Amino acid sequence: MSLLEIKNLHVSVDNHEILKGIDLAVNAGEVHSIMGPNGSGKSTLAQVLARREAYEVTAGEILYNGKDLLAMKAEDAACEGVFLAFQYPVEIPGIGNAYFMRSALNAIRKYHGLDEMDAMDFLPLFREKLKLLEMDEKLLNRSVNEGFSGGEKKRNEILQMALLEPKLAVLDETDSGLDIDALRIVAKGVNTLRGPERAMIVVTHYQRLLNYIVPDFVHVLVNGRIVRSGGPELALELEETGYAVPA
Amino acid sequence: MIAATEQLGTYLESFTEFQKRAAGRDLPWLRELRESAFARFCEVGFPTTHDEDWRFTNVSAIAKTPFELARDAKVSKREVEQFGVDGPGCHLIFVNGRFARELSSIGQLPAGVSVNSLGEELSANSSDVESHLGRYLNIQRDVFSALNTAFAEDGAYVHVRRGVVLTDPIYLLFISTTSDKPVMTHPRNLIVVGDEAQATIVEDYVSIGETPAFSNTATELVAGENAVVSHYMVEREHRQAFNISTLRIQQGRSANVSSHSVLFGGGLVRNNVHPVLAGEGGECLINGLFIGNGRQHLDNYMLVEHASPHCASRQFYNGILDDHAHGVFHGRIIVHKDAQKTDAKQTNRNLLLSDDARIDTKPQLEIYADDVKCTHGATIGQIEENALFYLRSRGIDEIAARKLLLLAFANECLDRMAEGGAREHVEKLIHVHLLQIANSVTRLPGATVGVDAGRNLEEIG
Repeated sequence: MSLLEIKNLHVSVDNHEILKGIDLAVNAGEVHSIMGPNGSGKSTLAQVLARREAYEVTAGEILYNGKDLLAMKAEDAACEGVFLAFQYPVEIPGIGNAYFMRSALNAIRKYHGLDEMDAMDFLPLFREKLKLLEMDEKLLNRSVNEGFSGGEKKRNEILQMALLEPKLAVLDETDSGLDIDALRIVAKGVNTLRGPERAMIVVTHYQRLLNYIVPDFVHVLVNGRIVRSGGPELALELEETGYAVPA
Repeated sequence: MIAATEQLGTYLESFTEFQKRAAGRDLPWLRELRESAFARFCEVGFPTTHDEDWRFTNVSAIAKTPFELARDAKVSKREVEQFGVDGPGCHLIFVNGRFARELSSIGQLPAGVSVNSLGEELSANSSDVESHLGRYLNIQRDVFSALNTAFAEDGAYVHVRRGVVLTDPIYLLFISTTSDKPVMTHPRNLIVVGDEAQATIVEDYVSIGETPAFSNTATELVAGENAVVSHYMVEREHRQAFNISTLRIQQGRSANVSSHSVLFGGGLVRNNVHPVLAGEGGECLINGLFIGNGRQHLDNYMLVEHASPHCASRQFYNGILDDHAHGVFHGRIIVHKDAQKTDAKQTNRNLLLSDDARIDTKPQLEIYADDVKCTHGATIGQIEENALFYLRSRGIDEIAARKLLLLAFANECLDRMAEGGAREHVEKLIHVHLLQIANSVTRLPGATVGVDAGRNLEEIG
């Protein structure tokens, strides 16, 4: 059984159909890349997987770990191990970064019947992950994403992923706007988390990221449909030919 | 002339009785103060919404109710404990406006600090009280202050003498109890902090039971030269309560005063803060948080008077309003002719959690000097859906996520309070209250706009 099985998924926003029948199976241990032009529905798919309610699923189903993902609320999906690295991480003034992440970790621990972690236990763990992402300790107590540079925001997403250790990580254009150094750091963080228990869906507009995070499978999403699937070589081919739909 | 109040007879009866038995009734200066204040009250009566200072707050429910002076009542230690006023420091407990010595703990105070009931000071004919009481509060301008002065009899008297630094807060807990008739209390506090002295005062208004009660409180706070004073006002009475409070601050040269108002409770609440920066180089912070739901009406009225040069004032008020709650922020700044180099700032930020919640925010700047800096701004917004989803996508459930976002908004006010027992006390209350609000908010307003992405008005004058 696949960790994630998407069958004939149709999604609309404001009565406008964005996804027009997606089929996709992702097994634990695999990294899938979804590539496609702007407006093809990549982010919509990512948001639906994270259970954003504003997106209306009009047909199809998603099985995650054998459970109906579409019946889950965002927080339940997260506790079951789904993680979305946001394309545009949200700034939350007034909530400290460390406090936020400890609250998240504890919410998930509580869901699994584990004891909550206090600040003393959490801090060493948090510091270790900061080091992995080569992030400044200053970011510990700053408000969530507030005043962070673009690169810092993206690294902060991967930091959360490293802390929360999801089963299914969806990275939505985590590479966009990153310089090459930041990209290497983010990729290193992601690669460290690759493992036989974990699946990843890497949504990207550019082939560049895939030099650093080499996927097992590449899917091309155009106009709400997956039009091609293949191995990592497909990404290279797209770099040459663009996203033109094959006749 | 419009009748002063529909219940003038009740007040006259109460006042006549009061003058016969009140503490300090034989002191000519006090008798005169009370009588002239009562005369002023009878002359003008309660304000209406035609009065500019009361445009957004209708007090006819107070005017129509025949309030009698609250009677003495017994409250047990256990009943007091539930209010959690237990940090280190001095605790004065008042029941129905009257000092309850058996419930209070004044503890060990450093030399040069007097803490007592105002009533006992009046009975003892304290010259210190005579030289300050009623000298600052303007009974001509504000009828509630006049009414308070007419019935002024008890409350707290605090005197911190020159150079004394009081580290622990002085807590004043005012408890109103149930009664078979609508009752009123007029607590009156006098706080004198001498030159180069330091003190923290917490006024906390609570109630036992839920019968209509009217707390009309007034505090005169005198901060000497270079004095540092923090004042906290907490309103958490029940929803049948009317609470009108006035804090009149008189600041000497280079005095630094912070006023923190936290309003959660009460049905109809008006909190007046009126600092006068009388000496050069004074600084005043007026910080507030008001959180309302149901049909609560929470009115914050500030009158900041810059009367001397080189003074700075900062007003920051955050409001969170749900259901049909109505909030008011009226920030008036008067810069007198000689108050050059004044630096006055005013900010009011609001979160509206329902379509029926309402905020009226009104800056009012009157500047008679020509070399000053005055700015004011207001924002109105909702809980940002993006932020809520972000938190939920990390496993934090919806109620906890809402609470976190509300707390983040409230933290702006908490962060302006100095570390210490008073802040911890207020922080605990805020946490409990925000969780209640987060629990009750189950829907999102149709439009979702960021706190600052909503209406945003800023002017520099």
